[in-house]
Amino acid sequence: MSKKKFNFDKQLLIPIAALVALVLFNLIVDPSFFKVTLGTNSSGNPVLNGYLITILDYGSELAILAIGMTLVTAASGGQDISVGAAIAISGSVILKVLCGSNTRPETLQAPIIVAFLVACVVSMLFGAFNGVLVAYFKIQPMVATLILFTAGRSIGAWINNNELPVISDESFTYFGGYIPGIPIPTPFLIAAVCVIVIMLVLKFTTLGLYTQSVGINGSSSRLNGINPEFVKFLTFVILGLCVAVTGLIKVSRLSTINYSVIAKDIEMDAILAVALGGNSLGGGKFNMMASVLGAYVIQFLTTTLYKMEVSASALPAYKAIVVILLVVLSTPVVRKKLDKLKRKLFAKKEVA
Amino acid sequence: MKKYGKKIVTLALSAAMALGMTACGGSSDKKETTAAPSGGGETTTAAPAASSGEAIKVGIINNDPNESGYRTANDKDLQAMFGPGNANGYEGSFAYSLKNDEQIAAAQKFIQDGVDYLLLSAADTAGWDGVLKDAQTAGVKVILFDRTIDADPSLYEASIVSDMDKEGQKAADWLESQKLSEYNIIHIQGVMGSAAQKGRSGALVDKANANGWTIVEEQTAEWNAEKAQQIVQSAIDAGKKFNVIYAENDDMAKGAVAALDKANISHGVGKDVVVMGFDCNKWALEELLAQNWNYDGQCNPFQAKYIDEVIKKLEAGETLSEKTIIMDEKGFDATTITQQDVDDYGI
Repeated sequence: MSKKKFNFDKQLLIPIAALVALVLFNLIVDPSFFKVTLGTNSSGNPVLNGYLITILDYGSELAILAIGMTLVTAASGGQDISVGAAIAISGSVILKVLCGSNTRPETLQAPIIVAFLVACVVSMLFGAFNGVLVAYFKIQPMVATLILFTAGRSIGAWINNNELPVISDESFTYFGGYIPGIPIPTPFLIAAVCVIVIMLVLKFTTLGLYTQSVGINGSSSRLNGINPEFVKFLTFVILGLCVAVTGLIKVSRLSTINYSVIAKDIEMDAILAVALGGNSLGGGKFNMMASVLGAYVIQFLTTTLYKMEVSASALPAYKAIVVILLVVLSTPVVRKKLDKLKRKLFAKKEVA
Repeated sequence: MKKYGKKIVTLALSAAMALGMTACGGSSDKKETTAAPSGGGETTTAAPAASSGEAIKVGIINNDPNESGYRTANDKDLQAMFGPGNANGYEGSFAYSLKNDEQIAAAQKFIQDGVDYLLLSAADTAGWDGVLKDAQTAGVKVILFDRTIDADPSLYEASIVSDMDKEGQKAADWLESQKLSEYNIIHIQGVMGSAAQKGRSGALVDKANANGWTIVEEQTAEWNAEKAQQIVQSAIDAGKKFNVIYAENDDMAKGAVAALDKANISHGVGKDVVVMGFDCNKWALEELLAQNWNYDGQCNPFQAKYIDEVIKKLEAGETLSEKTIIMDEKGFDATTITQQDVDDYGI
């Protein structure tokens, strides 16, 4: 339906331009923004400090979510708004498995990897639930995921009987903090692994191609032997996996959970990351790297605003401005106008 | 063949989903009374106390117990007093919602059911006049707990509340009593405009102005630990000097401390940074006991015994000396807190 005019390289320009603008702004206001120092944390391990590290650290959850959200957007032409609530569920599952019946265990009741795998299965099930609604029952993605958006945090609380487990084992903090001896924040390493995996999958399987063709035109891809329902369904399951990884990082950061505020409004940021990557929110072609970059640009913006001491409650307003700009710029009406303007300018040059 | 395959996949998945759901349900214990949190107007009724002949019927309208640890403790306390299997002679029905209109609908239902008392923690302060007048006509006595409403005081018997200004005052007084050589404070606020934020911010800001304390950073983290972590991280990255963290709830204090730990800044009793929180979560009081934090202010969720007293008085035909009952609230200092306090007051 929406034939995209961007080729891949051009599409990467959008998040890069936004990034360059932010970098320039910070360079002018305060060059110390870019200072990175090596220090130690309170457990005596080496850690890197500085705004840039903070951005890489906190932007990583968003980058991981952006991977799944990009695929869902491309295939279904809609967005999953339940990821924040689903993170509450997966985080709750991880804590439940680690804690058992005791909310404040001295030792972990199960290996962390087991807890994580259980969370993966549960998250993928919930992703599958969304996927079935969207792909097979043909419900609008935003409406279908509204169900989990509403119920998810209650389900998360339910899993732990409304209690707030706290984990004291230090090894659990590695995932949202630092692995001893490695001064780079672990969330960034996890995000890097996720990005490499998805890039390999896109390179060596037909997932990317199928997703795009389903998003561009479902019925014609069916005529070509692709099962559009299954592809859409699959993208939601993959997003479920991304949610489980994000959930692990989130609960590890503080070793506990607060069902009502964990990953609050993160779905909006994830969708924004996809949009900032220049991907059409109406589905079709996509560029994974652009989305991931978009996620870090959003965190760059957030961190910059924190540095400028903009009130945290005003942050969404600034993000909204960015969204409006992007959406307006990507509408066909404006694009045509811009194209005309470009042609006029170039024509004049030739005349001159 | 392919068609069937698809159907089978769909069926299998729906079955798996259903199983997943029941699995979640199964692990959630047998607390059927708390099992309808988001369902709005859903109510559950406790069986009347078997022994006494005539139980006092009580309708309880509360906010969603998942909202916060405070609310969970509050709900548990009320359940213990009025819920199923209580030995206090009450027959309690519970309704939960974070939405005012659903709460009002639940109130109307309770009035129709002919409860003797309506206990209310309103989601919103406005819009209650009509239904409370109905209650009055029907002879239902209304007791507010935890939150006040904008309605004529003649419409309710009593209101049992926390005094947030006093909580803030207590904390600010404690901070002053520490006699630090200088005060450079990072002030992490709750959701702007909420009663807790106003009370807890107000006292600190007044004190800071009066004593010439520096508030290095004042920022809302909206009760969210992750946001608090980012705010303190930002202050550290900017190289700001501070020696007090005044967080308006425990979650935000925890987030702030996570940022301090990362930057190897010591905190707690006799350390570089004084950490203050509110709400007295059990884990927070344990931090106090371990002297990692310095102060925690209580926001008392245990209103059931106050309500019980009020009902007993009204049943005996006595009049209440005061309509607004302010609960006792404590502030804990890490140097004096005991394990007993943690067990008694931790939520």
